[in-house]
Amino acid sequence: MESKTLKKEPLKKLSQQSKEGRRAESLENVTKISKKADIVINIIMIILALLCLYPLFLVFSISITDEQLISHAGYQLFPDKLSFRAYSYVLREATDILRAYGVTIFVTVVGSLLSLTIISLYAYPLSRDDFEHRKLFTFLVFFTMLFNAGLVPWYMVYVNVLHLKNSIFAMILPGLFTPLYVLIMRTFFKMSIPNGIIEAAKLDGASEFRIFAQIVLPLAKPALASIGLFNVLYYWNDWYSPLLFITDERLFNLQYMMYRIDRSITYLVSQSNTLGNVSELLANIPSQTARMAMAIIAIGPIIFAYPFFQKYFVAGLTVGSMKG
Amino acid sequence: MTEKKPLKRRSSYFKKNIALYIMLIPGVLVLLANNYLPMGGVLLAFKDYNYAKGFLKSDWIGFDNFKYLFTSNQAFVITRNTFLYNATFIIISVTVALALAIGLNELRNQKLAKLYQSIFFLPYFLSWVVVSYLVFSLLSVDMGAMNNMLMSFGKERINWYTVPRFWPFILVMVNTWKWTGYDSIIYLAAIVGIDKSFFEAAAVDGATRWQQIRYITIPSIMPVVTVLTLLKVGRIFYGDFGLFWNVPKNMGVLYNVTNVIDTYVYRALTQSGDIGMAAASGLYQAILGLILILGANHIVRKIDPDQALI
Repeated sequence: MESKTLKKEPLKKLSQQSKEGRRAESLENVTKISKKADIVINIIMIILALLCLYPLFLVFSISITDEQLISHAGYQLFPDKLSFRAYSYVLREATDILRAYGVTIFVTVVGSLLSLTIISLYAYPLSRDDFEHRKLFTFLVFFTMLFNAGLVPWYMVYVNVLHLKNSIFAMILPGLFTPLYVLIMRTFFKMSIPNGIIEAAKLDGASEFRIFAQIVLPLAKPALASIGLFNVLYYWNDWYSPLLFITDERLFNLQYMMYRIDRSITYLVSQSNTLGNVSELLANIPSQTARMAMAIIAIGPIIFAYPFFQKYFVAGLTVGSMKG
Repeated sequence: MTEKKPLKRRSSYFKKNIALYIMLIPGVLVLLANNYLPMGGVLLAFKDYNYAKGFLKSDWIGFDNFKYLFTSNQAFVITRNTFLYNATFIIISVTVALALAIGLNELRNQKLAKLYQSIFFLPYFLSWVVVSYLVFSLLSVDMGAMNNMLMSFGKERINWYTVPRFWPFILVMVNTWKWTGYDSIIYLAAIVGIDKSFFEAAAVDGATRWQQIRYITIPSIMPVVTVLTLLKVGRIFYGDFGLFWNVPKNMGVLYNVTNVIDTYVYRALTQSGDIGMAAASGLYQAILGLILILGANHIVRKIDPDQALI
C-alpha cells in the first residue's frame, strides 16, 4: 500500500534536494507496515497484554478484597469492598511466614554470590587458550548437559552420602553450578578480555588470582550481572529442593510455605467427607485473602525490580541461545 | 607483584599453573556432588533397593525393574503424555511466539513494543507455585473467575480439577502464557539482527511490507528457529516438573492426562517408595534423552556448526 502512494507522488515537481530527503523518508516508510496494520497489531498486542496480566491482577484483587465478600461473591477483579487486613495479618501476625521470607532472602543472597564466585572461577581457566586442560574441564561441564542421572540417584546422594536432609545447604547446592552459565561465562571471558592484558599483568608479576580479581572480573561485569540475576531468580523461586529435602518447618522458604498451605487445603477439601468438620481444620490455615497476599508478597520484589534489570535478562537469554 | 622475577626454568606445567587448577576445585566439587556421584547411582535401576541393606548391599535383579515398568502400562501413558505435551509446546513456540516476535518488530512505536515485550516476559519470572495460585484463582470451583463467568451466563459451575478432558487445554494454555514472552524475546533478537539493507532493497523493487516479512524476515531467522526447535526436540522426553506437579494440584483423577515421566518418578520415589523402579524410569528417560539430544545435535551441526552443542 505504501509503495502505491509512493508511485503516485509527483516526484518531478520536487527540487533535487528535497527529492533526496523524500526518498530516504519513503524508503523508511516502505520498510514499515501501514498505519492501519499498525493499529490492528497494537490492538492485538493490547488484548494479549491484558490477558497476560489478568491472572496477576485477579490475585492482587483477591488479596485486597474483604474476606466476607469472597465467601458469597467469589473472586472479583474489581471487589466491591476493599480490605488490607490480609497484608497486616501476613506482615505482623504470621511469624512463620516472616521466617520463611527470611530463609528465602538468606538462601538467595548466599546462593547467588557463591554461585557467581564458583562459576566465574571455573569459567576463567576454560577461557584461557594457554590452559592445557581446558578441553577436559569444559567437557566435564558439557557432559552433564547431555546425560543426567535423574532424580533418584541425585536424591540418594544428597540424603545418604552428603546427609543434606533438613540442611539449609540442600537449597543452595543444587543451583550453584548451572552448566549453561559456565559456558556463557567462558565465552564472555574469551571474547571480551584481550590476551594481551593478561600477558602484560603476568609480566608485571601479578598472580593469577590477582589478575582474575582485579582485571578479569571488572571487565566481565555485564556477564556477571546477567548470570547473577538468573541465579537470584532461581533461588527466589525455588520450591523444588525444599520439597525434596526439607521437612523441618523452620527451614521452609516462602515458595515452599505457599506450596504446603495450598496442598493442605486441597487435601482437606478433597477429604471433607471423611474428616468431618473441615472448617475447624481450615481455621488454622491462612484465609483466602491472606494466601493471595502471600503470593503477592512473594512476587512483589520481582515485579518491582524487573523493569530495571530486564536488559540483563534479555542479554543473558540472547547470549545463551546464540552461544556467543 | 612488586619485584620482577626472572622466568624460572619450567619445572612442570602443572606447578606453574597451579592457580588455574585451584580455581577449578570448587566447581569440580559441585559437579561431583550434583552430577558425577549420582551417575554411579544409576546402578540402582538394576537393584532391588532395600533401605536396611543400603546401596552397595542391595540385591542385583538385572532388568526386573524395567520389565515391571514396561508391563504396567504406566510407561506408555507417561511417555505419551510427556511427548505429546512437549510436542505441542514446541509447535506453539514456533507459531505463536514467532508471530508475536514478528508483530513486536513491526510496530511503528518501538517504545510501546518494549512495553508489550516486558509484559509478555513477566510470567517467566513467576515460580510454578505462584502460577498454581494464579490458575486456582481462575479455576476454583466455588469462587473462581471462570465459574463466576459461567454462572453469569446462566451456566452450571464446572469442577475443573476433577474433569480430565479439560486438562490438556489448561496445561497448554498455562504453559503458553508462561513461556511465549520468553521465546519471543529470543526470536526478536534474531529478527533485529537482520541486515536492514535487505528490506530497503526489496522496498525499492516494490515489495510490500507483508512480502518483505514473508520473503525476508521469516527465511532469515529460519536457521535460528530450526536450531532452537531441534534443541527443544532433544529434550522432548523431559517434562516440566513444576508445571505438571503444581498446576493440577496432584489430583488423582487427572493422572491419566497430567502424569509425565518426571512426576511419575517423583511419586515412585516419595510415595510408593519403590526406589529401584523410580531409578529405572529415570534411567529410561535419561537414555531416551541422550539419544535424542545427540541426534538433534547431529542435525544442528549440519545446518549451522556454530550452534551445535558438540
